[in-house]
Amino acid sequence: MTDLSEAFLTAIRLMTSADRDLIEIVLLSFKVNGLAVFIACLIGLSTGALLAVYRFKGRTTILVCINALMGLPPVVVGLMVYMTLSNAGPLGVLGLLYTPTAMIIAQTILITPIIAALTRQSLELIYREYKEQLTSLGVGGIAMAKTLLWDGRYQLTTVILAGFGRAVAEVGAVMIVGGNINHLTRIMTTAIALETSKGDLALAMALGIILITIAFIINALVYAINSAAEHRAYA
Amino acid sequence: MLDVSNRPGFKSLTVENLSYNINESMLIDQLSFTIKSPGITAIMGPNGAGKSLTLRLLHGLIKPKGGRITWQINEGTTSPTTPPRAHNKPETYDEKQNKALATSQAMVFQKPVLLRRSVIDNLRYALKVKGIKDRAAQQPLLNAALKMANLQDRQKSPARRLSGGEQQRLAMARALMLRPAILLLDEPTSSLDPASTAAVEALISKASNDGTKVILISHDIGQAKRLADDIIFLNDGKLAEQAPAIELINTPQSRPAQQYFTGQLVLAS
Repeated sequence: MTDLSEAFLTAIRLMTSADRDLIEIVLLSFKVNGLAVFIACLIGLSTGALLAVYRFKGRTTILVCINALMGLPPVVVGLMVYMTLSNAGPLGVLGLLYTPTAMIIAQTILITPIIAALTRQSLELIYREYKEQLTSLGVGGIAMAKTLLWDGRYQLTTVILAGFGRAVAEVGAVMIVGGNINHLTRIMTTAIALETSKGDLALAMALGIILITIAFIINALVYAINSAAEHRAYA
Repeated sequence: MLDVSNRPGFKSLTVENLSYNINESMLIDQLSFTIKSPGITAIMGPNGAGKSLTLRLLHGLIKPKGGRITWQINEGTTSPTTPPRAHNKPETYDEKQNKALATSQAMVFQKPVLLRRSVIDNLRYALKVKGIKDRAAQQPLLNAALKMANLQDRQKSPARRLSGGEQQRLAMARALMLRPAILLLDEPTSSLDPASTAAVEALISKASNDGTKVILISHDIGQAKRLADDIIFLNDGKLAEQAPAIELINTPQSRPAQQYFTGQLVLAS
């Protein structure tokens, strides 16, 4: 108990004193997770919207695959990206292994299916409601997908949040492809894992508190946005 | 300012042997009729007669399994709505063709489908879809549509927060904004109170007086008397009878129409 309270106090001290290592880790985490979520959104939101609108042969197979990929084990993704980016791999010449870019790639692979599948699910409900009216107005498929993305934007904040949640909590894949190198590829989750194994609970706890705080703030923001939208009947 | 006064006008609609089935169930069975008159045509019939399905087939929302639908439209010259091609090849229904039809037709559904946007943005969306993207060109049309729907004071309100009657008026205004040649209405007043029904009926009458051909599905005999010039009576996916409205209501010739207008229970087989 004493260890725990001491670690907690040290964590608070690290945070209030703006410890450089701590800030560096937090900023890199934001960069890696933020970029991964951004890229995953570009791919996943458009894929999900198009899947919500278009009916074609093989669509069901694609939906099953995307849903299955939502549960991708991070270490397997890490291993695949590692093998692809290692010197012996097809993209080894790029020299990306053990860089933040490799971590962003792994995170993007993990998050994209989540965003695509949840987007499709969410927008399909709106599509069923809008389909006849939009067709009647003469709206084509791509324009229909864009309309769904705009009108479903508040529901999609929850979808993006789910993707961000997965990214921010991820440790296995980024550890494998990033290597958890100090001042280079160390992010909050990998640092927590390392510091805990070393017994430096203070830094691990400080990072844990920051992680939880970030998650709490983002959830609160999304909740507020959705409540406002629901109140205004835009959700 | 955009000129919507010169626009395509309805000439005739010919439906020949129209069929639609789901597996063994024949929902529309060799349906044939012709409409050549302007004004308001009501499609009536008991539940399950195929009225809504027929309207969707006419509008191109659903591809028929057989038969032919031919719309004849007088071509306008400066209308923002493009005159459609003759719609006589059901097997070639596709997105482009739907789009071409949609430029001269508009449809309002039983439950108005409004976007998750403000009143004005719902109207603006329809204009953008029709290619009117310039705000200066949009404004007079938006003002007229808001006035038509009597929603000038609520233009910034979320459309889905409006009452049922207001929502239907907005849907009507959106449909009529560009003065389509043909307006298809699927029981537009079925869930409205008498005052809201009167407001929507006034919009329907005005549209018809302005030259828009209206095809209206209704269960309301009073409404058919008030609005319709002629009635197409469907039963079990087939044409039971077609006649001028008052004539068909007062002296129906077919057995299903007689049962319907005398208030006898008719069950679709």
